[in-house]
Amino acid sequence: MSMSGGRALNPARWLGVPMLLCIFATMLFAAPIRIWGLQLPEPVFAMVPAFAWAMIRPSILAPFALLILGLFLDIFWGGPTGLWGLSLLVAYAMVLILRNAMTGQSRPMMWAWFAGVTAVAMIAGFLFTMLDSLAMPSLLAVFWQFLVTALLFPFAHRLVDRFEDADVRFR
Amino acid sequence: MPFREGPLGDLKVPLTWTAAVALIVAAVIAVAFLLADRRETLQEQAYGVTRQTVDVVAKPVSGAIAAPGRWTGLGLDFVRSYFFTASENRRLKSELAEMRQWRDRALDLQDQNERFKSLLGLRTDPPIPMASARVVADSRGPFANTRLADAGSERGIEVGNPVLNERGLVGRVVGVSRGASRVLLLTDIASRTPVMIDRTNARAILTGDGGPNPKLEYLRGVDPIQQGDRVVTSGDGGVVPRGLPVGAAVKGLDGRWRVVLFADQSSIDYIRILLFKDFAQLADEKQLEAKTLPPVTTEDPQTSILSAPTPPAPKPAATTTPPSAATATPPAGAQPKPATPKPAAPKPAQPKPATAATPVPTGSPR
Repeated sequence: MSMSGGRALNPARWLGVPMLLCIFATMLFAAPIRIWGLQLPEPVFAMVPAFAWAMIRPSILAPFALLILGLFLDIFWGGPTGLWGLSLLVAYAMVLILRNAMTGQSRPMMWAWFAGVTAVAMIAGFLFTMLDSLAMPSLLAVFWQFLVTALLFPFAHRLVDRFEDADVRFR
Repeated sequence: MPFREGPLGDLKVPLTWTAAVALIVAAVIAVAFLLADRRETLQEQAYGVTRQTVDVVAKPVSGAIAAPGRWTGLGLDFVRSYFFTASENRRLKSELAEMRQWRDRALDLQDQNERFKSLLGLRTDPPIPMASARVVADSRGPFANTRLADAGSERGIEVGNPVLNERGLVGRVVGVSRGASRVLLLTDIASRTPVMIDRTNARAILTGDGGPNPKLEYLRGVDPIQQGDRVVTSGDGGVVPRGLPVGAAVKGLDGRWRVVLFADQSSIDYIRILLFKDFAQLADEKQLEAKTLPPVTTEDPQTSILSAPTPPAPKPAATTTPPSAATATPPAGAQPKPATPKPAAPKPAQPKPATAATPVPTGSPR
């Protein structure tokens, strides 16, 4: 057994790198491109770490990393500050609470859990927007964003697989 | 000395609990941010330094990310134009033949319009300068619909400037920094734009909801709108100039009137920002706040309006009697006086300031 297996997980690897990848992917999909008259979809890439980080292990740094990621989304997308930070934290808290029930499930079941958590984050965003703007967002637009975000589960699964057993203290 | 070797090194705190505390602290910070946000006010002060800094940093990065897509589009256009030149030429020829008729009609109407304007002495709006810009980032989610353009304060762009593309209104500028400006689209949930139906002049407020077709709210008038009616800006409130094309009215699945935006029918990467200032910005507020009114130097309204002979010897009591309904009604506070100039004649007992502020009244009662 190598010595690296017994060490604590480096936060830069399981928090920093996914965060940077999310930021890059968000900027990539914000490109003003139309293909056959259709715009690119706009998934919430930050849902991947919000789900995976809570599944990997409880952490002190992860909520703050999510908060930073959410604030970036709000500012980059031009939305109300704090909206996505709060919505992502709601999703993270839900996964943290239900972590024991989710662990060890089959891949399709985990995908269903991911879709459920994404739905909770979208509903939270919907309600916070209603409170902030005193207007109701389009349900169809919310549904489309939920759909394209739910398709990101393979990335979350990869992240969980990569780091789930990386820290021996949480095996 | 490392923490683990100190006296508190043996202190074991369950990580789950500390993680929960961290989560709560992060959530409280997020709530504080959300409560402090004033994005929906669309004021210049609400667009803070953080947002401006992110825009300045994001502009070159997003521009570099978007460049390959733009080049690919240009390349595809080139290939398409190479293969479809003949069919495009036929289409353009037929379009040109149709447009020639419209050109003649437009020139005729322009000439007629100029004559009417000169006859009526109309003062038309001055031409509005504009700045062209390229869109480098575009957010299309349900909670925010904005675009980042690569022109900012150095081009004279200010918060509130309307933004168009070649087909119609896109939105307005809500944040400006050096080299970049943030455009709030008409579809954003915070967007409210005064519009009118071109056919009936019925007013409404175009309200975004994050979907592709914003709603028409507060629609006034009897049968004010029909399917396919053209919607233009009304200019009410001075936020955007009057008459900018917005879209066509459609009945939504939810039974509400919505607008299919003209701006969606063309490419989204180039925009024009009108350097338009509303009337409230143009007015000198200090001058408007003047406490003293200018003196009345006009002619005596009684002599010019009440030209009929008046009683030769007015009695003091006459100043308090109301004027006859048969004669022209003077304004409130202006009492009938003898037509002949009499320096010693008593003036109305208490001239009201409102009389001095109002323009010279006409003889016909309103």
